[in-house]
Amino acid sequence: MFGKLSLSSIPFDQPIVMGTLLMVAIGGAALFGGITYFRKWGYLWNEWFTTVDHKKIGVMYVILALVMLLRGFADAIMMRGQQALAAGGAQGYLPPHHFDQIFSAHGTIMIFFMAMPFIVGLMNLVVPLQIGARDVAYPFLNSLSFWLTASGVVLIMLSLFVGEFSTTGWLAYPPLSELQFSPGVGVDYYIWALQLSGLGTTLSGINFIVTILRMRAPGMTLMKMPVFSWTALVTNVLIVAAFPVLTVTLALLGADRYLGMHFFTNDLGGNAMMYVNLIWIWGHPEVYILVLPCFGVFSEIISTFSGKPLFGYKSMVWATVAIGGLSFLVWLHHFFTMGSGANVNAFFGIATMVISIPTGVKVFNWLFTMYRGRVRFTVPVLWTIGFMVTFVIGGMTGVLLAVPGADFVLHNSLFLIAHFHNMIIGGVVFGCLAALNFWFPKATGFKLEERWGKWSFWCWLVGFYVAFVPLYLLGFMGATRRMQHYDNVAWQPYFVVALIGAVIIMAGIGFTVLQIAVSIRNRDSNRDLTGDPWGGRTLEWATSSPAPFYNFAVEPQITELDQFWADKEHKRAYPRHAHYADIHMPRNTGVGVVMGGFATLLGFGLIWHIWWLAILGLVGMVGSFVVRAYDRDVDYYVPGAEVEKIERERLVPLHKLIDQVGAAPAEQKVA
Amino acid sequence: MSHAHEQAAHGGKHGSLSSYMVGFGLSLVLTLLSFGCVMTGMVPHHLVVPGLMVFCVAQVLVQLGFFLHMGIAPEQRENLMVAVCALVFIAIVVIGSLWVLHNMNAYMMPGMSHG
Amino acid sequence: MNTSVITAGHDVAGHHEHHDDGSKTLLGFWIYLMSDCLIFSGLFATFAVMAHSYAGGPTGKEIFDLKYVLGETMLLLVSSFTFGMAMLNMHAGRRGKVLAWLAITFLFGAAFVGMEIHEFVHLIHEGAGPDRSAFLSAYFTLVGTHGLHVTCGLIWIVVMLDMVRRYGLDGLVRRRLSCLSLFWHFLDVIWICVFTFVYLHGVL
Repeated sequence: MFGKLSLSSIPFDQPIVMGTLLMVAIGGAALFGGITYFRKWGYLWNEWFTTVDHKKIGVMYVILALVMLLRGFADAIMMRGQQALAAGGAQGYLPPHHFDQIFSAHGTIMIFFMAMPFIVGLMNLVVPLQIGARDVAYPFLNSLSFWLTASGVVLIMLSLFVGEFSTTGWLAYPPLSELQFSPGVGVDYYIWALQLSGLGTTLSGINFIVTILRMRAPGMTLMKMPVFSWTALVTNVLIVAAFPVLTVTLALLGADRYLGMHFFTNDLGGNAMMYVNLIWIWGHPEVYILVLPCFGVFSEIISTFSGKPLFGYKSMVWATVAIGGLSFLVWLHHFFTMGSGANVNAFFGIATMVISIPTGVKVFNWLFTMYRGRVRFTVPVLWTIGFMVTFVIGGMTGVLLAVPGADFVLHNSLFLIAHFHNMIIGGVVFGCLAALNFWFPKATGFKLEERWGKWSFWCWLVGFYVAFVPLYLLGFMGATRRMQHYDNVAWQPYFVVALIGAVIIMAGIGFTVLQIAVSIRNRDSNRDLTGDPWGGRTLEWATSSPAPFYNFAVEPQITELDQFWADKEHKRAYPRHAHYADIHMPRNTGVGVVMGGFATLLGFGLIWHIWWLAILGLVGMVGSFVVRAYDRDVDYYVPGAEVEKIERERLVPLHKLIDQVGAAPAEQKVA
Repeated sequence: MSHAHEQAAHGGKHGSLSSYMVGFGLSLVLTLLSFGCVMTGMVPHHLVVPGLMVFCVAQVLVQLGFFLHMGIAPEQRENLMVAVCALVFIAIVVIGSLWVLHNMNAYMMPGMSHG
Repeated sequence: MNTSVITAGHDVAGHHEHHDDGSKTLLGFWIYLMSDCLIFSGLFATFAVMAHSYAGGPTGKEIFDLKYVLGETMLLLVSSFTFGMAMLNMHAGRRGKVLAWLAITFLFGAAFVGMEIHEFVHLIHEGAGPDRSAFLSAYFTLVGTHGLHVTCGLIWIVVMLDMVRRYGLDGLVRRRLSCLSLFWHFLDVIWICVFTFVYLHGVL
């Protein structure tokens, strides 16, 4: 009846897990109680869970990502703690089986359930506004994508308390991840959580490609499209090209585990190296999927706060496209040591080094944008400068690793760990936090407090170097990754320093949380009444903060790259219209969240071999999709009179404000 | 209005009875040629594999042209671009995997090839 | 100070643009098909890598019956043609004929899936199941994934039969039939690669 699931699946004997469970249970009960007490369930369901508004879906993605950042970081600091302790005769506080789950969960969560949702959330929030669209191409599909990602998160979180998580690292290499060596449910949790969220991501990718290709405002040619939208386009092309390969890879591993096939087993002709090959065909583009939109974020921030157009827009676009293309030709550098021989290694080594050329172009473009600009050192700019320094260092260690000969020495050492954290923290995390500070007012209508943001930045920056420079050194000394325990006590001081660095980063995360909390409390003093809090250049700043649900009352006409800036210069921003047409909008629907729920059941049933539950989940998913297909009442018109009312409420006070400011320079012409 | 739009969206071109007939006929011939190549044994051995490849590519093109109505008309350029892009990625995945794995097998498991 | 009042000249055009998402749907579906192509390319690559990993089990030459495969191919090819007929009638607005041709397509598709299931059951009975060797795992997975797609197509045809009956050939139904047509022909293209690289190449 319940497959492999029984009461003994819950790890009652592990005090750390049970303590966490208790805290989560208390926190969850408080949350549910609070929502019930304040009667907010209806509001949540109607305004958020069933929404097809890209801005709200974007906000939900970002909240999900921030929550998973806390979870993934808890794993990180537990690892640092263990390694600071477990030298020589000491064994630390985490037994190997638990430690292995923690490093696997850390990597999986940070990439799939922190970085990806954050990036997809940012694209949701910003891209339609930037290109002057009213929504994405397929609003319902967008909601479905989010709920599939959420169901992946639910499965990952369940694995903490019911059963176990994978112990095979974030990419679950076979043969270790085969049934013979990992008979538990850990790898199954990994497979199904990733399959569900991966499906959601692929659908998002298709959605955004069509949105960007087909829904740009009239006059916005591709070469007049803001850089962030360009990076989003390339990223989504990479998503649609790469994620199917991940789906295949995990499906084949699943076929081995569930159907007794022999793709990657040791016996009967299986070839584990094919798995490594396939998963990195997805895996390398994946890191560019994450970092390219962050490049876009930094580009927008640096030109906005330097008060200048982006230096070398065209070269920036071509560098983005080049990086996207090259990212598909370098996957083998993740397994130089697996033995493909000198010719193959040389090809992939050189292809890897070539990527540093377009990346270098970008760095110089950012520097030249700042050059002779009047840079305002706000929190987003701090993150951007921190990124430039950190990312260049990481890039240089990357070129070092791209030399196959050097890689034979450094492969799987802590040097590698330091390198990719250098890129992902320095590039992606800094980018996401910069974007959070930059676009927060657009999403909520009020700015984040500068003070705690600066505290957060400095803690992250200093903490990063304190935590990871020791790992570079340890890598050179021969320390490998994923060690629950090591004999060489000479390494211990470095691990202790790394732990201190992680604690400093923890303070940085704490300050981010504090920053958000304080800003919400003081929101009335930080209101963004103009919709343009930073002196912005692109269309998203032309509408109000938060943007009305229809984004733009009248479709903007584009003649310039920095259209909104030009409008402000020529005093034609914030136009008032005599007549507003009805606006065609999609209706909210609960089918996305219902399908997400069935997907969770499907995944849970498959993981625990509860076949009736899996069938129920699958039939439920297909059934709700078909029901949705029969729903012919999926859109409605917002009457022009209502649009006019909303616009008037914003524009009348705004024009008074602009009159008061009068002839002030453009970048100060913000409230 | 939707009908006019639908037609325009489809590139204004959705085949005719004769084009479907031609496509079907060509596919039929190419299929029989492919199977004939192998089943009859009348084709010289070294020509079989190249022959199969040619017939396969030809039939894929026939189906794309006559059934999926792909073309180079301006309104189909987007679809064509997407398809070319996909073709590049497919080539990278397939050729790359074969190249990498072939070398790996040759260097690392020389005794086990083609068991 | 900006008090320019813009008249509603372009509003109407913008309004129309948002209403027409037929072309958007087809572009999006085309991109989905390309991503599906990448799924198949991963499976083809895996099959190619494992094509000789028999592990002492049966080879392609021993288990593939080309006459049977030719039969399957013909069913699929004819179903592609009959779907084309359904589309021609859709554009001509002949609802009854659309229903008839869709039903015929369904029969051919179902016969194809039936033949494939029969082939699989036969192989498993012979001791040549997917758990016998890496070659057979790759074979069953690649061909089975194609068969699964055809099965999804069959379910879709059933839904569309009902929709055509219920709503007639309105814009939404036409758009969905166009997508389904792309899907069905696309599966035929995949099958061409399957019979060439798996079956014909496999018996050489």
